[in-house]
Amino acid sequence: MNAMIQFLNDQGTTLLYKTWEHLFISITAVLLGIIVAVPLGVALTRFKKAAETVIRIVSVIQTLPSLAILAFFIPILGVGKLPAIIALFCYSMLPILRNTYISIKNTDQNLLEAGRGMGMTSWQLIYKIELPLAVPVIMAGIRISTVYLIGWATLASFVGAGGLGDFIFDGLNLYMPELILAGAIPSTILALLADWTLGLLERKLTPTTTSKQSELA
Amino acid sequence: MLTFKNVSKVYGKTKKAVNSLNLNINKGEFICIIGPSGCGKTTTMKMINRLIEPSEGHILIEGKDIMDQPKVKLRRDIGYVIQQIGLFPHMTIGENITLVPKLLQWPKEKRKARAEELIELVHLSKDYLDRYPQELSGGQQQRIGVLRALASNPPLILMDEPFGALDPITRDGLQEEFKDLQQRLGKTIVFVTHDMDEAIKLADRIVIMRDGEIVQVDTPDEILRNPANEFVENFIGKDRLIQTKPGVTKVGQIMNKVPATIHKEETLSTAIKQMKEKRVDSLLVIDHEHHLEGYIDVEDIEQNRKKSTTVSEIVETELYKVKENSLIRDTIQKMLKRHTKYVPVVDENNKLKGIVTRATLADLVYDSIWGEEESEEELTTLQ
Repeated sequence: MNAMIQFLNDQGTTLLYKTWEHLFISITAVLLGIIVAVPLGVALTRFKKAAETVIRIVSVIQTLPSLAILAFFIPILGVGKLPAIIALFCYSMLPILRNTYISIKNTDQNLLEAGRGMGMTSWQLIYKIELPLAVPVIMAGIRISTVYLIGWATLASFVGAGGLGDFIFDGLNLYMPELILAGAIPSTILALLADWTLGLLERKLTPTTTSKQSELA
Repeated sequence: MLTFKNVSKVYGKTKKAVNSLNLNINKGEFICIIGPSGCGKTTTMKMINRLIEPSEGHILIEGKDIMDQPKVKLRRDIGYVIQQIGLFPHMTIGENITLVPKLLQWPKEKRKARAEELIELVHLSKDYLDRYPQELSGGQQQRIGVLRALASNPPLILMDEPFGALDPITRDGLQEEFKDLQQRLGKTIVFVTHDMDEAIKLADRIVIMRDGEIVQVDTPDEILRNPANEFVENFIGKDRLIQTKPGVTKVGQIMNKVPATIHKEETLSTAIKQMKEKRVDSLLVIDHEHHLEGYIDVEDIEQNRKKSTTVSEIVETELYKVKENSLIRDTIQKMLKRHTKYVPVVDENNKLKGIVTRATLADLVYDSIWGEEESEEELTTLQ
C-alpha cells in the first residue's frame, strides 16, 4: 500500500499522461476503423461476390502476430504514434467490418422490398432502414474492437508510441513488478470503462421499437 | 388508366416468365390477378412499378410509358402493399403511414393531419399513431400497411397477396373493409392472389394466368358461368361451379320475407306466446317503422323473466345483418363461420326486409345440386 502511494507521488503525472496517450492511440485507431469498416461493410453487401474475398483478407490480417505488424510499419512509417495507430487500425477492422456486413446483409428483405416499392432511393434505404436496424450488431463489433485495442495498445510502446505499455516494458526490463501493475491495471480499467461507455451509446443509438421503451428514455 | 402492350419478361435467354401480355385496366377498377405458383402473376404486378423491368413491350399509366419516368418518382406515385406487411419496426405507426409523404417532402403538420385522417378510415384510435408495429396484431398491422399505401393519395395501388398471411376471420373482415374503402375512394387496384374465393369476392374483373399468359379476363360472375377452358374450370374447382348459383344469387331473391318479429314495447309473455305459436326460439325486435332493433331469444327471456317486463329491456342489439343485394354465397360463408342460425336482411335505413335462415340455405343447396350424382355426399358434408 505504501509502495503504491509512493509510486503515485513519484509517477502520478506520468501515469496520467501515459493513460491519456494510451487512450488517444486506441480511440483514434477505433475511430479510423469505424470510418473505414462501416461504409466498407455496407458497400460489400452490394457486391456480395467481392465480400467473401475482402473479409478473408481482413481475417488474415487479424491472424498476423501483432508485434510483427508493428515492426512491419517501422520501415515505412518510422517510429512513434502513427505506425502504432495504423497497426491497431488494421486490427480494429475485422470485428466492425464483419458485424456491419452480416447485420446489413440480414436486413429483413420484406422491409427492403416495401421501402423500394414505396420509392425510397438506395441511400434512403441504407440510412433510414438498414443502418438503424443494424445498430446493435455494429455496436457489438465496435465494443469488441475497442476492448481488444486498448489491450493491444500496450504493445505500441515497442515502436515508441508511448502509452501504458511503457510502464509494463520498463517493469519487465528492470524486474519491477509494481511497474508492470502500474501499466496493466489502468489499461484494464480503461478497457472496462470504454466498454461501459459504448454500452450506453449503443442503447442511445438503438432505435426504439416499443412505446414503453420510449417512455423510459 | 393502365395498359399493357405486348409485355414480356424473359429471364436468362429462354425462360419467359411473362409472355406478350396485353391488358387494359380502367380507372377505379379492382383487378385480381390469379393463377398457380409460377404463372407470372407477381412478375406482372411488379413490372408496373418497375421492381421488375419488362424485357419487351410497353406499360402505360394514364398514357405515359413507365420506362420514361424515373423509377423512384414512379413508385412514389403508386401505392404498394406486400404480403409480409413490411412495416418498419423502428418507426411509429404514424411515421410508417406517412413515409411516402415524407419522401415527397410534405410539411410536418400536413403529414400529421393526413395520418390522423387515415387512421380513422380503419376505425383505429389516434393513440395508435404513437405506437410501434410490434405492438399491433397481424390484422391491425396490415390495416396500417394498406393505409401506408394510401397516404399520398395515389390513384393506383398494387397489392401482392396482402391478406394471405392472416387468419381466415381477420382476412374476411379486412377484405370487406378494404373493398368498401376502395369503392369509397375510387382507387384502381391491381391485386395478386392465389385464393379464388378472395378474387371472386373482391374483383371487378379477374385475370387468370397460366405459364406467363392470360387465360381469361372477365367478371367473377362471367368466369363462374362460362369458364374459358378446362384449366379455368379446374382452377375454379368443381365445388365452386356447383356453388355458382349461390355465387350469383342475391340474398333478396331467396330470403324469407315474413320473419318472426316482435314489437319492442311488447311484454315478455307476449314474446313467449309468439315463439310458441311460430315454433321459433328467437324473435327479431322492431320499432313502429319496422326498423330492426335487435333480437331476443328464449334463453334471455328465461334469465330475465323476473327482472324485466318488456322486450326493449332485454333486447340484444349486437347482431350481424346483410343487405338485400349481398351475394348469398358470402352470406352462407359468414353464417357458417360465425355459427349463427339466421341473418336478418335490412335495407339502407335499417328497415327489416326479411331473414335468411339455415333452412333457407338447405333449400338452396338442395336446389343447386339437384341432379348431381354425388348429391348425397355433398349433403352430408354440408350438414
